[in-house]
Amino acid sequence: MSNGRFGIHGGQYIPETLMNAVIELEEAYNRCKDDPQFNAELTALFNDYAGRPSRLYYAEKLTEKLGGAKIYLKREDLNHTGAHKINNVLGQALLAKKMGKTRLIAETGAGQHGVATATAAALMGMECVVFMGEEDTKRQALNVYRMKLLGSEVIPVTTGTATLKDAVSEAMREWTSRIADTHYCLGSVMGPHPFPTIVRDFQAVISKEIKQQILEKEGRLPDAVMACVGGGSNAIGSFYHFIEDKSVRLIGCEAAGRGIDTFETAATINTGRLGIFHGMKSYFCQDEYGQIAPVYSISAGLDYPGIGPEHAYLHDIGRAEYVAVTDDEAVNAFEFLAKTEGIIPAIESAHAVAHAIKIAPEMDRDKIIVITISGRGDKDCAAIARYRGENIYE
Amino acid sequence: MSNIAKAFENGKAFIPFITCGDPDLETTGNIVREMVKNGASLIELGIPFSDPTAEGPVIQEANIRALSGGVTTDKIFDFVKELRKDIRTPFVFMTYANVVFSYGTEKFLTKCEEVGIDGIILPDVPFEEKEDFAPACRAHNIDFISMIAPTSEQRIEMIAKEAEGFIYIVSSLGVTGVRSEIKTDIAAITAAVRKHTKTPCAIGFGISTPEQAAKMAALSDGAIVGSAIVKLAAKYGKDAAPHIGEYVGQMTAALK
Repeated sequence: MSNGRFGIHGGQYIPETLMNAVIELEEAYNRCKDDPQFNAELTALFNDYAGRPSRLYYAEKLTEKLGGAKIYLKREDLNHTGAHKINNVLGQALLAKKMGKTRLIAETGAGQHGVATATAAALMGMECVVFMGEEDTKRQALNVYRMKLLGSEVIPVTTGTATLKDAVSEAMREWTSRIADTHYCLGSVMGPHPFPTIVRDFQAVISKEIKQQILEKEGRLPDAVMACVGGGSNAIGSFYHFIEDKSVRLIGCEAAGRGIDTFETAATINTGRLGIFHGMKSYFCQDEYGQIAPVYSISAGLDYPGIGPEHAYLHDIGRAEYVAVTDDEAVNAFEFLAKTEGIIPAIESAHAVAHAIKIAPEMDRDKIIVITISGRGDKDCAAIARYRGENIYE
Repeated sequence: MSNIAKAFENGKAFIPFITCGDPDLETTGNIVREMVKNGASLIELGIPFSDPTAEGPVIQEANIRALSGGVTTDKIFDFVKELRKDIRTPFVFMTYANVVFSYGTEKFLTKCEEVGIDGIILPDVPFEEKEDFAPACRAHNIDFISMIAPTSEQRIEMIAKEAEGFIYIVSSLGVTGVRSEIKTDIAAITAAVRKHTKTPCAIGFGISTPEQAAKMAALSDGAIVGSAIVKLAAKYGKDAAPHIGEYVGQMTAALK
């Protein structure tokens, strides 16, 4: 079996033209990951620039209202640029710089990864080009402006469904044509090896901090950790240091869109099957002939027909559960958290909040849940207003 | 000897590509017959995929036209079976890993052998991942075609040593599509390949004019043309066959 497998998943299903690029990336990463100098630089960026460690906040009002398990929120929304994406991007940009690359390219769905990449490029004096589905540039116009403000070029992708999967395809095509000076800063735990491992390692800071923080606050591990899953980077980051702690339930919340019994869904584990796409073997939403399905979710960040290979593996071995959350449930949770705790979560993160709203009341009061709030919801306000029938201008 | 080797027996090979079902299989059938009539040595038949990550805009759009026309893998198998009643020219499928994997690799290759396919090209399956497909290909006498790119460098030896059918040399960085100039040092790549194998090499990506084809074929055993042909298919739709035939005729003449 080839490199970078998680059970049967993962691998490197990419054109020959890119093989040396991913091999070079893996070698560079292996040199850097245990290098004290690299890690000191990255930690300094995390702490002084991105504002880490992010808070673990006891959501007392939410806990009281739901009347069950004690709920903590891991506040990745408080990071610089407003989401967990910055963790991965600072790691990859630093790595790219060590490799002598001068240009970053990235795909983005909701725009959070694009903004994070544009930010790191500005900070490190690198050129930056972001590919974004044209449909998403409309849904997330503010983020397009932010990227441009940060000095990045934003290329609207009009092929296919003009959403995240097409942005990934286009970024891959661009990388194939320009490798020497360019690093593809992939935004999730997906794509060909070594990306799923590199991105997971940079995001694992989330669960490392949760563990320390919950032990300080409660003196014990949580009973459940939950996070939303598109490609799955904030979820794997939240799960990683708990994988060996079998008492901790790991719950990934997929976007069901209008429901997993409809075609308008993006719930990969719940509706997809094994396939090979975007460099990896994993589960994908697809038709009987292997054509990739045009998925749908209100959340541009979860609107992806696949899932990272490590999640596919955690599902196979039963270590993590993957549940589906509809648009309606996510929007209700978005509003509920805003009113209850004064925290507006990203619509992506609201999928995890929605599942907590379902299960917390059924759990005993001495149980503990941690929900990762992967990002802030300012970017979503106009879209949610539209969902509720109110037209506001961004 | 595989049927593919025969394509390289009579001088330089000209290898045209067409997306099956663009805009319908009847048109593709007419195009294939015109290609044969005008001297194509081997024909690459594309099975469309929804998200062809190695293709430029021209072939991406052909994939969309074909899929919206309702073509499926099963219909393409039936179509090839029909063509094989009177056409002996070697056929190679060009598609993406998921089309084969999702159909069931074993089932897919059994069908390939049944209908008379000689080889398969999967641009998203590099050397490291070919064990998913190559053993099943061997079991069904289908050549698994390997690709070598301008970035392959020290990988050339391992790829060339295990190559079957022919080696697809990618002329340039990037995706498929017409290029005004090919800057890669192709001669150095073919020289490196020939140190390790007798398997013929054909060059593809970016070739559109008879001059380019002659130049590339002089450096190797043949030239592959996709986007330039698919452009004609897009322009003339159901009436594309004679136009493509004429083009293939010019290209094969340039290789004589």
